[in-house]
Amino acid sequence: MSTEDNVIETDGLVKSFKGFSAVSEVSLKVRRHHIHALIGPNGAGKSTMFNLITKFLQPTSGTIRYNGIDITKAKPAKVARMGMVRSFQISSVFPHLTVRQNVRVALQRKLGMSFHFWRSERVLDGLNDRVGDLLADVDLESYQDTMAAELPYGRKRVLELAMTLALEPEVMLLDEPMAGMGTEDVRRTAELIRRAAQGRTVLMVEHNINVVADLSDWITVLQRGRVLAEGEYDAISKDREVIEAYMGGHHDT
Amino acid sequence: MSTNEMSKTLGPDGGGGALVVGWKANRWWIAGLIVLAVAPFLVYPIFLAKILCFALFAIAFNLLLGYVGLLSFGHAAFFGMAAYISGHVMKEWGVTPEVAILIATASMAVLGVVFGMIAIRRQGIYFAMVTLALSQMVYFLALQSEFTHGEDGIQGIPRGAFLGLVSLESSLSIYYFVAGVFVLGFLFVYRVIHSPFGQVLKSVRENEARATSLGYDTDRYKLLAFTLSATLAGLAGATKVLVFQLASLTDVTWQMSGEVVLMTLLGGVGTILGPVVGAGIVVSMHNLLAEIGSVTTIVQGLIFILCVLVFRRGVVGEVSAWLRRRRSTKKHPRAG
Repeated sequence: MSTEDNVIETDGLVKSFKGFSAVSEVSLKVRRHHIHALIGPNGAGKSTMFNLITKFLQPTSGTIRYNGIDITKAKPAKVARMGMVRSFQISSVFPHLTVRQNVRVALQRKLGMSFHFWRSERVLDGLNDRVGDLLADVDLESYQDTMAAELPYGRKRVLELAMTLALEPEVMLLDEPMAGMGTEDVRRTAELIRRAAQGRTVLMVEHNINVVADLSDWITVLQRGRVLAEGEYDAISKDREVIEAYMGGHHDT
Repeated sequence: MSTNEMSKTLGPDGGGGALVVGWKANRWWIAGLIVLAVAPFLVYPIFLAKILCFALFAIAFNLLLGYVGLLSFGHAAFFGMAAYISGHVMKEWGVTPEVAILIATASMAVLGVVFGMIAIRRQGIYFAMVTLALSQMVYFLALQSEFTHGEDGIQGIPRGAFLGLVSLESSLSIYYFVAGVFVLGFLFVYRVIHSPFGQVLKSVRENEARATSLGYDTDRYKLLAFTLSATLAGLAGATKVLVFQLASLTDVTWQMSGEVVLMTLLGGVGTILGPVVGAGIVVSMHNLLAEIGSVTTIVQGLIFILCVLVFRRGVVGEVSAWLRRRRSTKKHPRAG
């Protein structure tokens, strides 16, 4: 057994689109119970990494391990059932279902009745207490019967988080959870993520550097599909190459 | 359960309250059944039976378009092929009508699985094109094979006797038989869309990637939905044969696939009653315009354009949206 306890390990991961390498030779290790941030300028390959790890994209080469199991060829739904659940960059709720139904869809799979087309949906009412608890945790209790489409943007993102938490995932992958939020929402969501991360592993892509500094235990900086630097925030923020990647785009003429 | 809770569930007047609630909740169902029972005394029953067959066809189609978001452009394959099979076994094997319908419907379940497995691999316009291509293959088969009698179709199919006991030869008896099949089909679809499976279907329609990320193998849900839809379309086609005593190429053409799209959109996609209303409108229109011949398609086209431009939610969709608006302004009279 290795001394490091990694939940996710990628080895020499490559994804090329028609000759352009979005991700090249990335070997990423995510430690158990860490909040691990993936940062980098636009087009650095952060979202591609997310899609590769959660199997929404098939890598060109390289391997992905989850809890030591090779999942390079697994299907995305299978990976989710193994306990690695992702969110999306744009808010991803089911707009024409109520807030309660949104969370219930997340919960109902474990009942094992999801193919039962002959049963009344009333069998799902047993989940309502659990739905209430989850929504109370994120301050959405009073919106249970609201259509998700009618929620303000910040609330949608929080609902999405509640749906992810409903699965009791071992690993959460959050793709820009704060994108488009106001300061107040950012503060609240950061607090929520900190709470949700207890006993879990979180890998997140985030542009808000204050949030990254505040939340993350470990940071990987990507640039042009490669790992530029890795470490804790203090070390990263003083790294010359990182500062240049972020600030000094206009040095190289 | 404590006595306190007991009195809460039963209400102050014991069991009686539940009955009143039951009546109130079910009054639309009861009204619908009464309309179905009385209608043949007011309108020509064969015409009504035709509407009900197409309504069932449109309901089957809407299960896929309205609740999964998959636009099939080949549903005539199931409707028409079931008509041939049911006509063939009635005429050649001499089975009773309910057995013929069961054989034809079960065959369409099998065909639905096969076509579904091929079609659901693609999305959007490609899904529509694959279903169209597959249904054109069925059309070719119907044109060429012996049992369909090519251009002639299967004619003079006997209606037989239900369970071998009740003759369906009279217009009224065939109407009630079709109405019975329709009610069963309607209740079945109602149950499917209000089931745990239906919930997952709606989530796939709303956001497939998110449904996947929640651990659902969305292809398997789509395949089951496709199969159920094909089976019901088959049920509609098999029943229609009994009414007209004729199975012909018309039922397997791509125009028939288009017709069901029109009915569903006109009535209101994604609503349970929409396809029924749409089928009623389109079938009535055909009957009214039959005398003026080819102009029918022009009028149909104009109505379709009007529908897409002006009331995109369809008749039922617009009415229910209007009712919802009215209810919310009643609740908050000052708001908005």
